[in-house]
Amino acid sequence: MTSQQLANAIRRSALHMVHKANASHIGSCLSITDIVAVLYADFLRIEHKEPNKPERDRFILSKGHAGVAIYAALAHRGFFDVDQLEDYGKDGSQLMAHISHKIRGVEFSTGSLGHGLPFGVGKAKSLQMQKSPSRVVVLLSDGELDEGSNWEAMMFAAHHKLSNLMAIVDYNKLQSLTSIEKTLGLEPLREKFEAFGWNCIEVQGHDHSAILEALQRPTASGQPKMILAHTTKGKGVSYMENQVAWHYRSPNAELLAQALSELEA
Amino acid sequence: MRNAFIDELVALARINPKIALVVGDLGYSVVEPFANEFPERFINAGVAEQNMMGLAAGMASEGYLVFVYSIANFPTFRCAEQIRNDVAYHGLPVTVVAVGGGLAYGNLGYSHHAVQDYGLMRLFPGMLIAAPGDPMEVRACLRYLVSHPQPSYLRLGKTGEKHFHASVPDVSPGKWLQIESSVGVKQVILTTGAALQWARQVLAVPLSSSALYSMPLWSMAVRAEQVTQMQAWQKVTTFEDHLLDGGFGSWLLESLVRESQQMSKVDIRALNPSVCGLVGKQETLNAVGWK
Repeated sequence: MTSQQLANAIRRSALHMVHKANASHIGSCLSITDIVAVLYADFLRIEHKEPNKPERDRFILSKGHAGVAIYAALAHRGFFDVDQLEDYGKDGSQLMAHISHKIRGVEFSTGSLGHGLPFGVGKAKSLQMQKSPSRVVVLLSDGELDEGSNWEAMMFAAHHKLSNLMAIVDYNKLQSLTSIEKTLGLEPLREKFEAFGWNCIEVQGHDHSAILEALQRPTASGQPKMILAHTTKGKGVSYMENQVAWHYRSPNAELLAQALSELEA
Repeated sequence: MRNAFIDELVALARINPKIALVVGDLGYSVVEPFANEFPERFINAGVAEQNMMGLAAGMASEGYLVFVYSIANFPTFRCAEQIRNDVAYHGLPVTVVAVGGGLAYGNLGYSHHAVQDYGLMRLFPGMLIAAPGDPMEVRACLRYLVSHPQPSYLRLGKTGEKHFHASVPDVSPGKWLQIESSVGVKQVILTTGAALQWARQVLAVPLSSSALYSMPLWSMAVRAEQVTQMQAWQKVTTFEDHLLDGGFGSWLLESLVRESQQMSKVDIRALNPSVCGLVGKQETLNAVGWK
């Protein structure tokens, strides 16, 4: 499956899931879908038959509210049956709305922001101590950067030369109530990351070849890598794009049909 | 206690290559033996407790037994959500180590007093509290934690505590550990943590009328055992250097909530909140708190 095919499958599954469960955060899922598709189709060294293999790469979704995109990616990559996605939102389901480590292939549960990067730093430090070739990838939201724990983790990662660690920021410029700019401005963001000792690469976060090239590009010796991915919240569904409301709303049957038809076009 | 802690941890780390020590820029003249002997397994995370606890969880997820050492409130309240979500929820073998339990850092003020820490650590399912009463119990607790890796909280006093055991005792969660007893006594003082050091003196009960027990390991998971251990006694006085609210005595009472006959035997001596905000020597503050 190509990353484009996987991205389309994730979008379709995610839309179905949130519609059926009347759940939130579809805008966040669509924002990261292309990044996730490139990771799971072309970059991460993981095996669905052996999800805990010691030599695997570790992926952590720190913006746990977009867990639906990861559940869909894992299912379409064979970690579990695609039919199991139907359980999303049901009473007692393991597929909780914030990503859960109880699901096969998920490394870490998040939901409270600012936890993924410190945890990933601990993994990267351990793997460095063990001289493991495995890499750690953490996907963060932009609003999440308000949390100070991320900046603590960034200082630690640079100081300890964790070149096996990379983080990706889903920079869609919207957070929970309004824009980043009107909430707590992040700019100049690239310069902030660089000042914290990270190698920073800016990419268009829906351009698969650019994302893959950024993931694969070597960094200066001993530097952790930050990929600042410029994205569009709600990407791929016209009425959701750049709309804060789709952080919360769930599409009804009519809107779902429209969204799916746009994806086919 | 802190010297027994580092001495025992070094001894265990010589046998177990997975033991790691993470500190929050604290431990001067305490942690050096570990740092010098195992520099690759010693990490000073800096003054950044949230990251410190998150990274400890990450390391534990990669197979390390991680001890996170800092003073009183810093490895506990400052990073409470990391303990809740990253460590306890994922069931990872991180031991949060707080030195200066109770009012051990009396002169340093309220910021450095740990009198609500049991209350916090009691709240997380799967979290084992280790509150040793003397340096031998410190060693016993450490050995237990290394042989039973799990989310845990180790509360140490500070230094200069006297020994109540001639050798390292056998400890297990929820089990009362006899310190001293005499034939026919029907009353018992039950302590946890360094409060053991002051129990006889403060409660002014002689051995002829009351036994003395310590409970160095306890948690949500060992409530049921308390009912049977209560049955041997007519009166049980719990004693702790922690506030009544959310403390050890409260935990015991909650463990007995469906056993009204056992509940009625319990008397709790905990710190009075009037001690919060005062400064002074530990003994001075304890005297105020236990008045």
